[in-house]
Amino acid sequence: METPEQIRDRLLTRFPDAAITVVLNPGPAAQHSLLLGAAHARAIAEFLRDDATLRLDQCSNVTGIDWPEKEIVEPTKVATPDPANPAGPPKVVEQKTQRLQPGCLEVVYHLYSISLRHGPVILRLRTVNRTDQAAVPSLTPVWRSCEFQEREVFDLFGVTFAGHPDLRRILMWDEFTDHPMRRDYVEPDDYEWEPTPHGTVLEKAKVHYPALPPAAAASATGPTP
Amino acid sequence: MSASDLSAPAAGSPGARVRAVHDRFHGDLLEVSMGPHHPSTHGVFRMIVTLDGETIVKLKPVFGYLHRNHEKLGENVTYLGSMPYTDRLDYLSAMTNNWAYALAVEKLAGQAVPERAEYVRVILAELTRLLNHTCLAGFLMQDCGCSGTPLMYAFREREYILDLFESLSGSRMMCNYQRFGGCRVDPSADWLAGAQTLTDRYGAFLDEFETLLTGNEIVMARTQGVGKLSPALAISAGVTGPMLRACGVNYDLRKVDAYGVYPRFDFRVPLGDHGDVYDRYMIRVLEMRESIKILQQALAGLPGGPIMDPKAKLRSFRPKAGEAYGRIEGPKGEIGFYLLSDGSPNPSRYRIRPPSFINLTILEDMCLGHTVADAVIILGSVDIVLGEVDR
Repeated sequence: METPEQIRDRLLTRFPDAAITVVLNPGPAAQHSLLLGAAHARAIAEFLRDDATLRLDQCSNVTGIDWPEKEIVEPTKVATPDPANPAGPPKVVEQKTQRLQPGCLEVVYHLYSISLRHGPVILRLRTVNRTDQAAVPSLTPVWRSCEFQEREVFDLFGVTFAGHPDLRRILMWDEFTDHPMRRDYVEPDDYEWEPTPHGTVLEKAKVHYPALPPAAAASATGPTP
Repeated sequence: MSASDLSAPAAGSPGARVRAVHDRFHGDLLEVSMGPHHPSTHGVFRMIVTLDGETIVKLKPVFGYLHRNHEKLGENVTYLGSMPYTDRLDYLSAMTNNWAYALAVEKLAGQAVPERAEYVRVILAELTRLLNHTCLAGFLMQDCGCSGTPLMYAFREREYILDLFESLSGSRMMCNYQRFGGCRVDPSADWLAGAQTLTDRYGAFLDEFETLLTGNEIVMARTQGVGKLSPALAISAGVTGPMLRACGVNYDLRKVDAYGVYPRFDFRVPLGDHGDVYDRYMIRVLEMRESIKILQQALAGLPGGPIMDPKAKLRSFRPKAGEAYGRIEGPKGEIGFYLLSDGSPNPSRYRIRPPSFINLTILEDMCLGHTVADAVIILGSVDIVLGEVDR
């Protein structure tokens, strides 16, 4: 089978303005992948499915990965003129620069060819951010096997798939609002919370009520014995 | 639900391709909720079925009653800590789940497995296949309405295999037996003799079972031509395992990926012709015959040597940063694990490719135009285990 670099080059001759990057896998498995821009993702997927030398007719596995925002501290060396000896060699000072690597959600597709018996070719799609632009094009019209798996990624990661025919929650219930596979997901104290007058539960329950004004609180508790 | 909702499905929408007739000779459409508490759903699975008379015109599966966010659990424990959890996915075939996970981690860490362990893995995987297919045939006949007898015959044989698993791993179903770089305990000579006895007499059981069922007129009338699946749709929908081969697509990972020591064994891949429920039953029976052949060869050729790679590290196991997708041919289809490592003791991402969940994608397509009773046996022929579907 062609290497990811060869596939990328062939794709770039076919789709000259598409954004395609090879993501190298440093581990021993060496399963490298292709990161696609959203604009041509659907057309590229159709090309990979129908191309005579690849014929990737089965999308075996679809999954999501959450990459939260990350603060990266990098030491950089800055050359400044030496104040004591302005004519002499500049002084090299090490400075730490902080930059914020923006977070994104990633969807990974593992493609195999059943007719030619090769694979996997791994595709990755990334959303712009994790909040208001968490959308990627759906590949369900290309491979039917993405239907439930993309629903699962939507449910657990919160990626919206543009063009998915039936995008609903699949494993969590419909009224659920959060996305539990995200790394910053905080579990509720109790999924079936209801007030009870017992110790720790009552303490936890306090966060669900606004604080009472002092006068009302005094009258509610009554005179202390 | 009115008929107009169904008669014009949105372009590209899967399902709902049977046109509901709605005139004064026909009644209203009826929406039936099948499950989640129904014996034919093999667990807690629910289907919302829309009926026109007795014909299914729409079927929407509802999942999640057994959902426990297994993948999140996997990210919160070490690599080895996930091994017992994989038993709970498809609880009929713990040994193959273990193997798929061990294979993915070995790929991720670039770890070798000794030859003896590879043979033992093949023996256990084929015993699991016998166990799973026997149970499936029993359940399917139960769904067809042969109440009790075939299922009890199947369960009798299942117990013999589970006894073997118990004496080897300490547990009937939750085996937790494979490790990264080998297996946990070395099978004793007694155990191997027991496995040999079981393998030798399994063919006789299959003969008996087949005499009862395969040529049975009622079984044939009930299952032939029901729930047909075309090869093109099966491939596109990611269907794998016996379901795919029943459509006539020659794709068995034991041959294609040639993982473990499978290339050393002589066995054939049975293929179906029609892709209906009867073919799916028949494929499983034929696969069991091939499994017996593999078992005979593996038991005869089992080499000596260590069962664990001596360099394998169980504690403080930290694979290098990277990712790997490993898959094997489980009894239900391709079971795969996708692991992403950032160099820490826990996987950064732990994903299971559940074969029976993905095989359910085309449940609606297979059921459209059939009756509710047919939907029951079509679901039975898909072979689902809800521990894996809902994860």
